[in-house]
Amino acid sequence: MKFSILVNEGPYTHQASDTAYQFAKAVLAKGHEIFRIFYYHDGVNNATRLTTPPQDDRNIVARWSKLAEEHKLDMVVCVAAAQRRGIVDEGEMKRNGKDATNLAPGFRISGLGQLIEAGIQSDRLVVFGD
Amino acid sequence: MLHIINKSPYDRCAVDSALATGAGVILLIEDGVYAAVKGGAEEKKIKGALGRFKFYALIADLEARGLGDRVIDGITPVDYAGFVDLVAENKTCQSWL
Amino acid sequence: MTTKKFMMVNRKAPYGTIYAWEALEVVLIAAAFEQDVSLAFLDDGVYQLKKGQQTKGIEIKGFEKTWGALEDYDVTQLYVARESLEERGLSAEDLTVPVEVLSRADIGKLMEEQDVLLSF
Repeated sequence: MKFSILVNEGPYTHQASDTAYQFAKAVLAKGHEIFRIFYYHDGVNNATRLTTPPQDDRNIVARWSKLAEEHKLDMVVCVAAAQRRGIVDEGEMKRNGKDATNLAPGFRISGLGQLIEAGIQSDRLVVFGD
Repeated sequence: MLHIINKSPYDRCAVDSALATGAGVILLIEDGVYAAVKGGAEEKKIKGALGRFKFYALIADLEARGLGDRVIDGITPVDYAGFVDLVAENKTCQSWL
Repeated sequence: MTTKKFMMVNRKAPYGTIYAWEALEVVLIAAAFEQDVSLAFLDDGVYQLKKGQQTKGIEIKGFEKTWGALEDYDVTQLYVARESLEERGLSAEDLTVPVEVLSRADIGKLMEEQDVLLSF
């Protein structure tokens, strides 16, 4: 079965991102497919590679990146939500005249249409948030 | 329909809102698992709804909160794989955020 | 393109958090994708539709007018929970656009008929 996941909260403050990650792993372990993981609202903060949690804590961002690499996941950060919250890739940096990028590996920035497409293409879309 | 609830019934109305839809399957996760616990003021409401709704609670969240051994009879503990199965078995799911 | 039934379930008040505004952006995109879009307003979500929002004092962009524009996008299925209105001392006349007022149970039935439920 084809799943998509919507993550509406950032890392650390709320458990939503942790649960979404555990759910994604379980989906893959069951042999299902993940069509896309979409990050919206403060969920876009899951995609900053500048995060530096203490060594004895989980690295939520790096964990997502690793999962994406291992399973060739499509992880999409909403562009409008990312612009508001300062999540920047190369293209956004140039377009908006910023002096840095911070998008973690495995993520890409795109439009909300990608969320609707995920709803259309997937058998199930599960929302994690606060 | 699968209702996913991540809010404590002692703080927010998510459980009431889900119950008001009529019938279905409820999965309690994160702070939602406090609704699955015996001996609290919410227990009567949950037990009263057991006929209309099938209740599940995420084991990892119960255990993290020190409540793995206090689950109301009639609520089935599930792991993340069970969570995936519940989503697969139900045509739609509503997260009561 | 495949058309699916999308319902946005709005349960949060406006301005206190950004969810209502960013949910509305999803509605507009879903409509642009020519999906069968409906909106349900439950709990504090009914406050999103309250008439007469003036946000100048809080310096946050108001979006009351956007509800009126939904018709231009062929989004006309707006369902509001009767119990949620009554609990808050509101009625359909207090709302900025025409809506269908339904019981929570009837909204629950509509939710069952959807392909995708997006909750904010």
